[in-house]
Amino acid sequence: MANYYTDNPDIKFNLERVDLCRLADLLEDDYSAAKESDYAPENSEDARDNYLNICELAGELCAGPITERARQIDREGNRCENGRVIYHPLVRENLRDFKRAQLMGISLAREYGGLNMPQVIKVAVLEMVSRADASLMNLVGLQDIAETIEEFGSEEQKRKYVPPLANGDATGAMILTEPDSGSDLQSVRLRAIPPADGNDQGVWHLNGVKRFITNGNGDTLLVLARSEEGTVDGRGLSMFVCSKDDSVQIRRIENKLGIHGSPTCDMVFNNTPAYLIGQRKRGLIKYVMSLMNGARIGVSAQALGIAEAAYRMAREYAETRVQFGKSIVEFPAVYEMLTNMKIQIEAGRLLLYETSKVVDLFKIPNARIQQTGTRPDRELKQTIRYYERLASVLTPFSKYFNSEMCNRVAYDGIQVMGGSGFMKDYNMERYYRDARITNIYEGTSQLQIVGAIGGILSGTLNTIFDDFVAREYPGKFNELTTEAKSMVPLLYEAIEFVKQKKDSGYTDLVARRLVDMALDLYISILFLDCLERDEQKVSRAEIWVRDAKLRVEQNHGFILGNRTQVIDLHKEIIG
Amino acid sequence: MSLNLIVLAKQVPDTHNVTAEAMKADGTVNRGALPAIFNPEDLNALEMALTIKEQYGGSVTVMTMGPPRASDILREALYRGADHCVLITDRAFAGADTLATSYVLSLAIRKIGDYDLVLCGRQAIDGDTAQIGPQVAEKIGVNQITYVEKVEDLENGEITLSRVLGRVTEKIRTKLPLLVTVTSSANRPRCFGAKRLMKYKKARTSFEIKQEIESSSPTGRYGIEILEEEIAKKHAELKNKGLLIETWTANDLNADPECIGLTGSPTKVKKVKSIVFAATETKKIEPTKEGINSLIHELIEERTFG
Repeated sequence: MANYYTDNPDIKFNLERVDLCRLADLLEDDYSAAKESDYAPENSEDARDNYLNICELAGELCAGPITERARQIDREGNRCENGRVIYHPLVRENLRDFKRAQLMGISLAREYGGLNMPQVIKVAVLEMVSRADASLMNLVGLQDIAETIEEFGSEEQKRKYVPPLANGDATGAMILTEPDSGSDLQSVRLRAIPPADGNDQGVWHLNGVKRFITNGNGDTLLVLARSEEGTVDGRGLSMFVCSKDDSVQIRRIENKLGIHGSPTCDMVFNNTPAYLIGQRKRGLIKYVMSLMNGARIGVSAQALGIAEAAYRMAREYAETRVQFGKSIVEFPAVYEMLTNMKIQIEAGRLLLYETSKVVDLFKIPNARIQQTGTRPDRELKQTIRYYERLASVLTPFSKYFNSEMCNRVAYDGIQVMGGSGFMKDYNMERYYRDARITNIYEGTSQLQIVGAIGGILSGTLNTIFDDFVAREYPGKFNELTTEAKSMVPLLYEAIEFVKQKKDSGYTDLVARRLVDMALDLYISILFLDCLERDEQKVSRAEIWVRDAKLRVEQNHGFILGNRTQVIDLHKEIIG
Repeated sequence: MSLNLIVLAKQVPDTHNVTAEAMKADGTVNRGALPAIFNPEDLNALEMALTIKEQYGGSVTVMTMGPPRASDILREALYRGADHCVLITDRAFAGADTLATSYVLSLAIRKIGDYDLVLCGRQAIDGDTAQIGPQVAEKIGVNQITYVEKVEDLENGEITLSRVLGRVTEKIRTKLPLLVTVTSSANRPRCFGAKRLMKYKKARTSFEIKQEIESSSPTGRYGIEILEEEIAKKHAELKNKGLLIETWTANDLNADPECIGLTGSPTKVKKVKSIVFAATETKKIEPTKEGINSLIHELIEERTFG
């Protein structure tokens, strides 16, 4: 039977690489939950077995019914009638199947009906969902909403809202964007009117308009709203939770280029009762950032899954398509495209799974501290801080790299298939359309660069780079590792140049190039660290590292070349 | 309404993966050479039972007669949503034809006693006889409806079903208890549930408990008494957690030795020869892309080709 987990050994390779047993030990502590819960693991091996089993089960579901329904859902989409969204019947079947497969709360705590698994397992599942039907990721991936309530909500809120989401009885929405607040969420205007008695824990009322809301018709809504009258910036915003009722009207759903199975709502709140999540004024600064980071990982997985689907279709087509008397895969122009697609996908997977691991390495201890109320010792505090910082760079890295990669892969996917790729007869054009949103929503690529550049300039990754330079690799990889190591001084030099220049305009202009340099180097390290584990990765590293070096040199040249021409001349050119 | 639903299942060789070793010299199936799977139409029967349970409430018991390793399909049934499972196994059952098998299954159903609906696949992919369902219905003395595709309605002990007969569909209303045989077109069996998989992967029959404990304790290290104590302990532990798969033998069923196994099987394989497939049910395929896609999908599902 078709299975997107067993037919793709790179997923298992990456799961094993991040050390599932270590993550299980962190999550399960002393494995005492096995005494109370009939599905809790008894030891790390048992947990690891569960994690891999769940991937296999999801792989079968995705390769089967989800894939079969995707095309029709894309063609027909959802509907909006009388202020309500009506899912396509096949979208309903998809949601029913995920509920039955008990996969709607993968990394939620068992206490609230979740599977209590690492982020990386959720990522693997979301990747496979997206390979089948990218638009379904938007619904299945909304587990982040429950995770945010679990992380910041009161005990009462957790008990009320999380279990239905974890069990798949309810769906959710994260409601941030407004017509005039897209990338700039600080300017959100939807008003939250405080409880009459002044008690923050009472019933607030929401009034205003939201736009571009994925699954705005969901049952449990997390809303970013202005709680502090008279304020205009991010410090006046708080996060609220409410259940969807008649006071929430869906005015219309958007007619989009892609992800047609995911309803994107334009909605109005008319005095909707809502409750404050966590503390006032921390809505944007703390909770949205956390929610968004989770969602960024989800979109990275979505991009990776689309890329995988596109690559496979192109690869198969290139094999069977005969021109000039041979399979087109035998022509260098074609096999070069396919080779690069495959390497980039594997690069993206290394980066994304590593990122998910790093997220777990600070989130799990944090949750434990919150749960037990114990004070962490200094060492633990430092560890948590380290991984949190690292995640704050790797998350935008991952989102930026995977979403741009996915677009390149889908683009070349059509190119490999030529005219056939352009036609609706194949799914390739759907992959191409679905890919396009991944580098836009949950923060555009440009915003991911803004998110990552601070960490790069302040040296968050330097320990990793320095350790890499100091590390000895087996002699046979000498030339390759020397090549990779030679990127480090180039990056450091570029960073130093930008810092010395103290020109914020120039920093903003070259931020993308700095991020690209750091990414090229970081992914090279990830590849090189695989060499002893997997012989197959040698061929990938051989190409990736050498290409990366050339790009790093070019970016280095640009940055040190003091290329201010765009700043100086853009007005003359674009007016 | 709380319905007691019984599903009869069979572990069969996967004819999807037939190799030259699939048949023994005497013309019988070489079960060792083929992977063993849940008979596909029995999965459709299980799915129908689970859907009925979701809609009307109740519990689903899956039973199979077979060698000890048939417990694999019982665990699979638990992963998909079954509530209880029974393995009916005994060396004395070996070599049973449909008559002897339906006798044993009917005893097992009688042992359960309280049931509303018995569901089985239309036929198994190894024998293709489609006899078990009808024979069991006769032996337990309830009505039978074969080729069922859909449960239309269920109310006050009455059930309305549609059954497919080639180009026509027949709608039937009848009283419970009842036995139905289910076709592959009835539904698409659901996937495993994640939590169920984590829980029931530890479910064992008493055979398996014994085997696992014996193989994990090197000979001579434990005396036979300690071994038995260990087995009893594990037995009790699993039972307590609802993870013990019940096992019934000929004795447990008070089976008449004359009616079981080879002795109770009048069917003898005289000769095996290659035959050409003839249509058993007809279906109109629309000459559209969707129609052809669904045909190909069905052929793969049916394991006609892969």
